[in-house]
Amino acid sequence: MSAAAELVALDRISVQFDLGGGGFLGGRRRVLRAAQDVSFSIAEGETLGLVGESGSGKSTLGNVVAGLQPPSAGTLRFRGRAMDAATWREARRSIQIVFQDPFGALDPRMPVSDIIAEPLRIRCIGSTAGRRARAAELVEQVGLPRDALNRYPHEFSGGQRQRIAIARALAPAPALIVADEPLSALDVSIQSQILNLMKDLQEAHGLAFLFITHDLAVVNHLVDRVAVLYLGRLVELAPRAELFARPSHPYTQALLASVPRIGVRRHRRPAISGEMPSPLAPPPGCVFHPRCPKAQDACRHDVPALAPAPGRPAQLAACHFKD
Amino acid sequence: MTAPLLEVTDLGVSFPHAGGRHRVVAGISYALAPGRTLGVVGESGCGKSVTALALVGLVPAPGHVEGSIRFDGRELVGQSHAAWRALRGADIAMVFQEPMTALNPVMTIGRQIAESLVLHRDGMGWREGEREAVGLLEAVGINAPRDRARAYPHQLSGGMRQRAVIAMALACGPRLLVADEPTTALDVTIQAQILDLLQDLQDRTGMAIQFISHNLAVVSAIAHDIIVMYAGRIVERAPVEALFAHPLHPYTQGLIATLPDPDHRVARLPVIPGSVPDLDTGGGCRFADRCPRADAACRIAEPALVEMAPGHLVACFKAGA
Repeated sequence: MSAAAELVALDRISVQFDLGGGGFLGGRRRVLRAAQDVSFSIAEGETLGLVGESGSGKSTLGNVVAGLQPPSAGTLRFRGRAMDAATWREARRSIQIVFQDPFGALDPRMPVSDIIAEPLRIRCIGSTAGRRARAAELVEQVGLPRDALNRYPHEFSGGQRQRIAIARALAPAPALIVADEPLSALDVSIQSQILNLMKDLQEAHGLAFLFITHDLAVVNHLVDRVAVLYLGRLVELAPRAELFARPSHPYTQALLASVPRIGVRRHRRPAISGEMPSPLAPPPGCVFHPRCPKAQDACRHDVPALAPAPGRPAQLAACHFKD
Repeated sequence: MTAPLLEVTDLGVSFPHAGGRHRVVAGISYALAPGRTLGVVGESGCGKSVTALALVGLVPAPGHVEGSIRFDGRELVGQSHAAWRALRGADIAMVFQEPMTALNPVMTIGRQIAESLVLHRDGMGWREGEREAVGLLEAVGINAPRDRARAYPHQLSGGMRQRAVIAMALACGPRLLVADEPTTALDVTIQAQILDLLQDLQDRTGMAIQFISHNLAVVSAIAHDIIVMYAGRIVERAPVEALFAHPLHPYTQGLIATLPDPDHRVARLPVIPGSVPDLDTGGGCRFADRCPRADAACRIAEPALVEMAPGHLVACFKAGA
């Protein structure tokens, strides 16, 4: 895994949104810190799971990787080159995105063949006939009938629409697909179909995935490594098996303990109490300290750095008292 | 087992459609005892929510409810609007998926909770109601309940809103709580807290809970008995342990198998091919087109729920095989 070449790297990426105030009309200037000082990389062909609860900044970071959100600070690298406007023009076809809601992601007035060929048409890749042929090929790859090409999005179910969105993402032969909660809007029995499709495609094309989700069961099934976010901070980054066998950060531990498991009656008393604070006013020190059972004085003042867990060099956690 | 609080027999809901009637759910029968939690699982469109609406008399206008719902020995189907109003919020309360749509955005939390007290309790005034609301907010684990009672819904987080909705549902001490996907809009750590709260409240009050969810794992964590619904029918009904140890219906087996297990990783997940059929697709088993075991017989007659083991019922011709 680590032997493979680095495809995309985030180097101390921060994203903040200025919500106004503090100007002519006075009032406090309000800044929402969606992501703070996040660094990780994705290797060629690797699937990285980006996990966190709502408000953790996972979609914001996905948008940064997909080039939809410029970072406020930090550098994004693609195959070793720092991204700027010029490099993005070249890299854009190599990084594609699949969104959560397959109903909102497809233009209702376009037939499926045009939807799938659009990323190619925008970049003037191939001839009209060539793009049609490519769309036909992709429709089959994602397991849709060939006659889907001439139909419109409203004629398809949620799972089929997500297949169309995936076919569109595959059209320019990308190296990385950012998948932002691609299963959340689908029925349970359809989720496994789409999961299997993504695995097939990954094996067939050597695709890398940034898989954004709140669902840890899906993460364990699909990914090579996991990045856990909490309130805009990366709190743990570890190979999948290590993370599930022995989570190092107290938040990861709580998250794993909170996942209901089939046929396992829950032990009462939830793993952690309280709720995630507002990203408008993140707590000082470790962002998790107000909910952390292990919090000490140091946690309230010093931001812990991401460092290897004791005896496990590949498993990084940002905690003063990591396991 | 104690006498059932709720007894549903052959419940059906239909809507007029193109000259005829669409039967959205049919043949729903089960019982629920005080202090027990019944989980209802199924995918979107299986009829689990409309079944819940029938229990509180809220099936929307052209819809028609048939069969019998007996609550504490009293027949609810066909009773007057006034009788429903007196029952709803008092003896039977409901919690919905999206707390924001269940709350009035221009009314303080405290006043909304007080509303059901004022409506249902004789001689209860607003001032007293709002005082009691603070206590209810505290009972559902909200910090600084006095301040929260004065807050508007948008000022609370999603988890706190759902707690407020639960407080509202509990205001009059209902004997049956119908919770329709109450944790679906919440994060997992908050979901764990809400499940815990519901179990605590049940321990304290002895209320019965009908807990509806598309998530099998969530239901398995809280329910004593489970009903699996598919395309408007109950396909399997069993105590929770039996259902997961020996699922009998091919749909239940498929649902359990297709879920990625956080503790075991497999190369490819098994899938249930196809998708849920349209309503009223003629005779035969509704799952036949997606079923690995279906044969000609399954497409002719609809299987009835049959008891295969004590308390474990399944509607499948092939279940014994």
